[in-house]
Amino acid sequence: MLETLFPNVDWADMWEATLETIYMTAMSTFFTFVIGLVLGIVLFLTAPNQLWANKIVNWLTGAFVNIFRSIPFIILIILLIPFTKFLIGSIRGPNAALPALIIGAAPFYARMVLIALKEIDKGVIEAARSMGATTWTIIRKVLLPESKPALISGITVTAIALVGYTAMAGIIGAGGLGTLAFLDGFQRSREDVTLMATIAILIIVFVVQFIGDFLTGKADKR
Amino acid sequence: MIELKGLTKVFDTGKARLTAVDHVDLTVPAGEIFGIIGYSGAGKSTLIRLLNGLEKPSEGSVEINGQNITAISGPKLRKARQKVSMIFQHFNLLWSRTVRENIEFPLEIAGVGKEERRKRSAELIELVGLEGRESAYPAQLSGGQKQRVGIARALANDPEVLLCDEATSALDPQTTDAILELLVDINKRLGLTIVLITHEMHVIRKICHRVAVMEGGRVVELGEVLHVFQHPKETITKRFVAQVTETEDSAETVRHLREQYPEGQLVKLIFVGDQAEQPILTQLIREYTVEVNIVHGNISHTQRGAYGTLILQLKGPAEEISKALAFLGAHDVQTEVMGDA
Repeated sequence: MLETLFPNVDWADMWEATLETIYMTAMSTFFTFVIGLVLGIVLFLTAPNQLWANKIVNWLTGAFVNIFRSIPFIILIILLIPFTKFLIGSIRGPNAALPALIIGAAPFYARMVLIALKEIDKGVIEAARSMGATTWTIIRKVLLPESKPALISGITVTAIALVGYTAMAGIIGAGGLGTLAFLDGFQRSREDVTLMATIAILIIVFVVQFIGDFLTGKADKR
Repeated sequence: MIELKGLTKVFDTGKARLTAVDHVDLTVPAGEIFGIIGYSGAGKSTLIRLLNGLEKPSEGSVEINGQNITAISGPKLRKARQKVSMIFQHFNLLWSRTVRENIEFPLEIAGVGKEERRKRSAELIELVGLEGRESAYPAQLSGGQKQRVGIARALANDPEVLLCDEATSALDPQTTDAILELLVDINKRLGLTIVLITHEMHVIRKICHRVAVMEGGRVVELGEVLHVFQHPKETITKRFVAQVTETEDSAETVRHLREQYPEGQLVKLIFVGDQAEQPILTQLIREYTVEVNIVHGNISHTQRGAYGTLILQLKGPAEEISKALAFLGAHDVQTEVMGDA
């Protein structure tokens, strides 16, 4: 049945490409989460009237985030080729896609972290201060737990965007389902390969969304 | 003991300068429940935040039990804050934590071990009457229960001073009374000094020993609650007192009462403290040949005694009425003739 519908699909290749896409998405999501979280917290705490209020740091972080968030991803990959070469030693393969994926997505997530932190009731932060909490304690025990559902739903949206980015990175040789769909499907006019790669990507997206929604719901005690 | 000296806070927004607190001098002895009343914008929120260093004063000092709060910062200030805790109008609980975990939060900050935290939170849950709710999340609690968690949390590190920032303003009247009773109970049991700010005279009347009235950043009137009720000096104070006593003094009401009770004489009696509980009226009726008709009455109980007003219609021979009034005067009851019929 599958053979008649998808005559040109090499299932072993398809599986390998799927794993590569999952690998790139998982790795980049992890680093995006860490870097975006740090950037978002810095943006939040250095804003006026906040605990670390600092105009210069706030402006610099804001500028960095805005610039990298604004560059179209496909151009960012090309711009980052020398950097990637220096860091990974090659511009081909799943690992070579990671710097561009992370630098493209972390600022995006940082903005979401900032929005999530701004949603926290100021009174709760004031209460923690009135108890004698340090800023570090406030970050760990107030900011992060109180914004957890928004942080999780934000990283879910970002991870899904990253699945799309990996496909774009695939066009310039990162591997994964994007490369397969482009080289094997588009350039050799095998529509069934493109279709199957699309279905695989959709499944990944649905699974990510499902896990994200589940965790968000579990974290939200409001 | 809390001592404020020349305390001033000016907010400089670049364009405008706003003096929120203007040279306030106050002394609150240990164990007192001290109320600060004012309308919004009077500076009371800023004042209470100066007491635990959440705001830094522009001028003046705050001394709590000998420690100058305004002179310290960093770890020292954080340590001091553990002894000057605060409850809030909107409770400010962490929704991500259960009742028990919320109460344990200040203990975590103070570096108390897990076992000790458990023990202490269990005691506090019992103290504020939340047994059985320890695993509930704030979202599952009523307003009054949330404030009980807030109080338990504030008491966790055995503070010397409890600051209440409009702690009952978001609660319905019944819950307000229950929370106020809890505060009085804590004050008596733990000997805690309580400073509260409010815009409701009811709160002051019910639990405070002394009150300061704030307007435009200044303390315009200060004194024993009973005394302030009895002799409010400033217009703003009179308005606050009227919130609870509703002494129907306006010309309109007097005229209306006189229309309703055209005979005899209308007299307003003001009882303060012990007199409110003495059978003065019984004696009056027994000893003088006057007919007494109660037109309107109101008694407010404060922490240091009751305060009441009573409007009577006295009917009888004029000399008996004046003798009766003299009798009341001799018993320290203030009388005020509201006009002959």
